[in-house]
Amino acid sequence: MTDSAHVSANPATTTMTMVEAIRNALTLEMARDERVVVLGEDVGVLGGVFRATDGLQRRFGAERVIDTPLAEGVIIGASVGLAIAGLIPVPELQFLGFGHQAFHQIGQQVARFRFRSQGRHPMPITIRSPFGGGVRTPELHSDAFEAMYTNTPGLKVVTPADAYDAKGMLLAAIRDPDPVLFLEPLRGYRLVSGEVPTGDYTVPLGRAKIVREGDDVTLIAYSAAVQLCTKAADLLAVEHGISAHVVDVRSLVPLDVDGIVAAVERTGRAVIVHEAPLTSGFGAELAATIQREAFYSLHAPIERVTAPDTPYPLGGTEDFYVPQVDDVVRGVLTALER
Amino acid sequence: MREMFAQFIPNDAPQSPIQHLLADGALAEGVTPSMTDDELLAGLRLMMLTRLFDAKAMSLQRQGRFGTFSQVTGQEASIVGSASALDPSIDWVVPQYRELPALLRQGLPLSSFMLYFMGNLAGSRIPDDVNILPIQISLAAQIPQAVGLAWGLQMRQTGGVVIVYFGDGASSEGDFHEACNLAGVIKAPVVFFLSNNGWAISTPRHKQSAASTLAARAVGYGFPGVLVDGNDLLAVHAVTAEAVTRARAGLGPTLIESVTYRMGPHNTADDPTRYVDSSDLESWKPLDPIGRVQRHLSARGLWNDDGCRAVEAELAAEVDAALVIARAAPPPTASQLFDHVYADAPATLDRQRAARVRARS
Repeated sequence: MTDSAHVSANPATTTMTMVEAIRNALTLEMARDERVVVLGEDVGVLGGVFRATDGLQRRFGAERVIDTPLAEGVIIGASVGLAIAGLIPVPELQFLGFGHQAFHQIGQQVARFRFRSQGRHPMPITIRSPFGGGVRTPELHSDAFEAMYTNTPGLKVVTPADAYDAKGMLLAAIRDPDPVLFLEPLRGYRLVSGEVPTGDYTVPLGRAKIVREGDDVTLIAYSAAVQLCTKAADLLAVEHGISAHVVDVRSLVPLDVDGIVAAVERTGRAVIVHEAPLTSGFGAELAATIQREAFYSLHAPIERVTAPDTPYPLGGTEDFYVPQVDDVVRGVLTALER
Repeated sequence: MREMFAQFIPNDAPQSPIQHLLADGALAEGVTPSMTDDELLAGLRLMMLTRLFDAKAMSLQRQGRFGTFSQVTGQEASIVGSASALDPSIDWVVPQYRELPALLRQGLPLSSFMLYFMGNLAGSRIPDDVNILPIQISLAAQIPQAVGLAWGLQMRQTGGVVIVYFGDGASSEGDFHEACNLAGVIKAPVVFFLSNNGWAISTPRHKQSAASTLAARAVGYGFPGVLVDGNDLLAVHAVTAEAVTRARAGLGPTLIESVTYRMGPHNTADDPTRYVDSSDLESWKPLDPIGRVQRHLSARGLWNDDGCRAVEAELAAEVDAALVIARAAPPPTASQLFDHVYADAPATLDRQRAARVRARS
């Protein structure tokens, strides 16, 4: 078992933070499958700037846990070649804010190599990257750029919100024959923890999860925004007597359309919450899908609670930018007034 | 200033490219041919096939029966000389898009190449036993992939080497730098083969980089860079064979700058008369790589006009036969859009497939 994880009453589970759950998944999978290699900036000796890969190089060696030059494009581009050679690369982009330096390799190459080779070269690559704000990072580190990756067919994009899903979905992602962009909430790395089985399990990619049952309004979120929604739900119950149904989308591609539609049909009101800017954010895709598939059960227009259409600011200003609990509450009240 | 920095300024004197075969077909002094007579004849045949295919494909393209494609014309020695230094059973070719003879030598059927340029997705499927990656249209994106592939072959101890092709234009891309830099660090068994054909569509070499040679850039990555006469089959073969040997021995990458000339347009959609000085083009004609090998073999009694005509007739029949196979392939279908996107398509994609097939039937 990994370092600081605490042993709980149940011997089969342990309390882990999200980053511990991620490290645990990487450790299990590298031990299980010797084709798995981890590569990226500072992932080896240092163990990653967030310690997600801490201890992996000591255990599995510098040939399988590789410190690369500082160059996102070749980290991903070389992963394509490694996959063709029969390895299972798990590259890390230190921050999704720097993903643009590799975007041409992700969107044009990784995502469509199976198609471009008409099935000869699958890309069993899992690109891990933290994203989102709330921890006062330096400039350009905190953007939520997930939506642009959902517009690159061939790539899966998943966004776990808790420790259990982080481990189970990461194991599923690495074993998936297709490329997966595995987005980790920067804010949740140490803040979010929970009971996690110590052994091997997977959480299927493409299934939404109900994290709280309610009857008046449906909150739809992913990654760090899920926790925001559960906090908002607490507040709504206590201060407004409103019962919120909270859905964790978990996987943007593939999207659990049926699960989301059922959750919206339950209340007839939908509020979508994400950290990315409004315009062309993934909320637009969710809203369009709900509109098309659940139109006749809607009692009010779909609300979106997002960042504004402005660049991510400096840390001292980010609370004005990133959606807060109050913003979610306001979005819910608007949806209920209509 | 000049004084103070003098020691840091690279030597601007142009290096002369390695040459084994002089323009008149004679061997350069002191040179032992890097290829056997059989290899030379096979190389010449492949160069001639490429030239013939270029003309045929251009004609088909003008009739609307072939898509936009880039001819090799003028650069045959560069591609054939380098590819013929590989062992196709373990070595890989990572192409850009102007390397047809390298693909053929690795074992790609000509009909498959034709299908790709006829826009048929079946042409994207390279047979499993042919060690080449798909043609790369997004310039330089193939270079990091080649390094990763070489790295993987090294990890798996296959003994294989990767050669990656790109041009003077692509060498300005960030991917070139990132890939060379990583390859130097990990000593990847890769050969960076830079075909400097003078042009990136309309942009001449001197606007691409202020470096005196592109080969000189290798210094910054910690591995050798060599300059070779790209219209000289024997010299290209010799330097590539040495680079491959180095790579196989674990000594790391080599950058080869093959100085050649694009005798035709960038591709079938291009009009080079808008930017190429015709006297420039004329000056390269006597350096044509095919004539040079033919003169060499003639002088040695291994080639004559009758033999040449016979080979040309055989090659024309080969191209025609490939065309017949390509044309017999099943036509594309709407459903093919959805094949090979994911191993298991999401339900949403299955619904889109059904709708698209209905709409297009």
